[in-house]
Amino acid sequence: MISFLDFEKPIAELEARIVELRATADGSDLDIEAEIQKLEKKSAGMLAATYARLSPWQKTQVARHPQRPHFVDYIRLAFTDFVPLGGDRLYGEDAAIIGGLAKLDGRKVMVIGHEKGHDTASRIKHNFGMAKPEGYRKAIRLMEMASKFGLPVVTLVDTAGAFPGVEAEERGQAEAIARSTEACLALKVPMVAAIVGEGGSGGAVAIASANKVLMLEHAVYSVISPEGASSILWRTPDKAADAATAMKVTAQDLLDLAVIDGIVPEPTGGAHRDPARTARALADALGRELAGLEGVAPADILRQREERFLAIGAL
Amino acid sequence: MSWLSKVRNSLSSLAKRDTPDNLWMKCPSCGEMLFAKDFEANLSVCPHCQHHGRIATQARFDLLLDPGYAILATPRVPENPLNFRDTKKYPDRLKAARAANPYPDALTNAFGTVDGCKAVLGVQDFRFMGGSMGMAVGEAFVAGVERAIAESCAYVICTAAGGARMQEGILSLMQMPKTTVATRRLAAAGLPYIVVLTDPTTGGVTASYAMLGDVQIAEPGALIGFAGQRVIQDTIREKLPDGFQRAEYLHAHGMVDMVVHRKDLKTTLATLLGYLERKEVA
Repeated sequence: MISFLDFEKPIAELEARIVELRATADGSDLDIEAEIQKLEKKSAGMLAATYARLSPWQKTQVARHPQRPHFVDYIRLAFTDFVPLGGDRLYGEDAAIIGGLAKLDGRKVMVIGHEKGHDTASRIKHNFGMAKPEGYRKAIRLMEMASKFGLPVVTLVDTAGAFPGVEAEERGQAEAIARSTEACLALKVPMVAAIVGEGGSGGAVAIASANKVLMLEHAVYSVISPEGASSILWRTPDKAADAATAMKVTAQDLLDLAVIDGIVPEPTGGAHRDPARTARALADALGRELAGLEGVAPADILRQREERFLAIGAL
Repeated sequence: MSWLSKVRNSLSSLAKRDTPDNLWMKCPSCGEMLFAKDFEANLSVCPHCQHHGRIATQARFDLLLDPGYAILATPRVPENPLNFRDTKKYPDRLKAARAANPYPDALTNAFGTVDGCKAVLGVQDFRFMGGSMGMAVGEAFVAGVERAIAESCAYVICTAAGGARMQEGILSLMQMPKTTVATRRLAAAGLPYIVVLTDPTTGGVTASYAMLGDVQIAEPGALIGFAGQRVIQDTIREKLPDGFQRAEYLHAHGMVDMVVHRKDLKTTLATLLGYLERKEVA
């Protein structure tokens, strides 16, 4: 059962009507069958139309949808032979960032990403995808291992941001993020990042400073949450929608700004309506980018990544 | 503003009086009344409680560099690429900040010597839009590092920033990897990178170049952290520990090498630069 977002209310009402009709029909009443088909067509049309012109704020809500596929879903649907690797060897194991060895359509890779969890218990376990220093330090360890064994790095980014807590600050949240970004930039192997849900600020960029950066069609990527920008710049919590628009958080905007390199299409109605198809599209896109970077000399891989970021903001 | 000051400010003859209100000031930390000129002469440090006030770029250059340094031009960057406006247009905010500050953005570099040791010194000024890191700050940082590489000397940065400049959206976030490319190139050239964390250094600045120094120095009492205290308090709903995110707290947790009083900053830097001079490795 899909949970509907606020702006999907008309579609939800239609869907409810269809369910109702189905319950009353016994298959013999052709009039009802025809009516159901008509409503289904209308509902599908409304869904396609709605998702074709989502506002930046609506996309933010889609990107945060509770049923949106996360890291563990993509591991199951897009990768094979996953061997999770745990711990930062310094302090602990942070389940907000998962990583390990895996195959992507047969290609051996190191895959790292945020996991938000899908129900209360798993959300608490994964700290809602908000990593602590040990999560970033685990990512650094895995990136260095990938570099050592010549494995390309794939990251799946999906976080509201790094965890804002006392112990995270005490253990050096800022330093861990800075070093993780540095580790991305030091890789002698190709790195491809995909923002699959929320790309929340420093907590995202720490594992997204890649050769190629992709975004799912309805993912968002921003320097601060629209709510945060609203409260700081407008001094009210009510301007999140305006802030989302002003900050240009959508994949389409970021492609125009050359901050990302490509958009991975989502099924009509968003990734959560068909995780398997989303995963297939994601795997294809990641595979294409990795293939494009294969055989490039390590020094050139490094340089291309450096030039990519140096160019942002240069005249 | 009280009704009295409102009336007073509207009368230009009164507002222009030559007895400025800032002749005396109250130390924001201990509350002691200080003669403003004495405070400035004391490097903007309270003589009673040693509270370190924020100082402007020029004062910082004069504090740390030997006379005769050269201020480097701030690189130009695309302005307002997002066409951003919140309650005000971003270009209007920039214009106001430029009118109130001597330099075109929040980070300015100078090339000179510290007790005879060559260095490029970058200074971030909190008075310019909270020191926030946008493209101009990122580009100035890269330019400062490039100059250091060209001169084969250290890059020293005095950080001060609320974080990334939100008016530049994602482009400000991208300055985190961009500045990190620069620090990596400085390291590859075998040159020292020294960070002086001043009050306040938070957000995306802390989570990039401000934490990557070979040596991390902090000024006493400086607020240094990733997340804002209000955000943390809203998340954990507990009282924050005493001295949380202050320089001394970071030192106790192993995040900075030393906390150095402003009057000792120059000699400390000179000593470090003397040790970390580039040596040709055979």
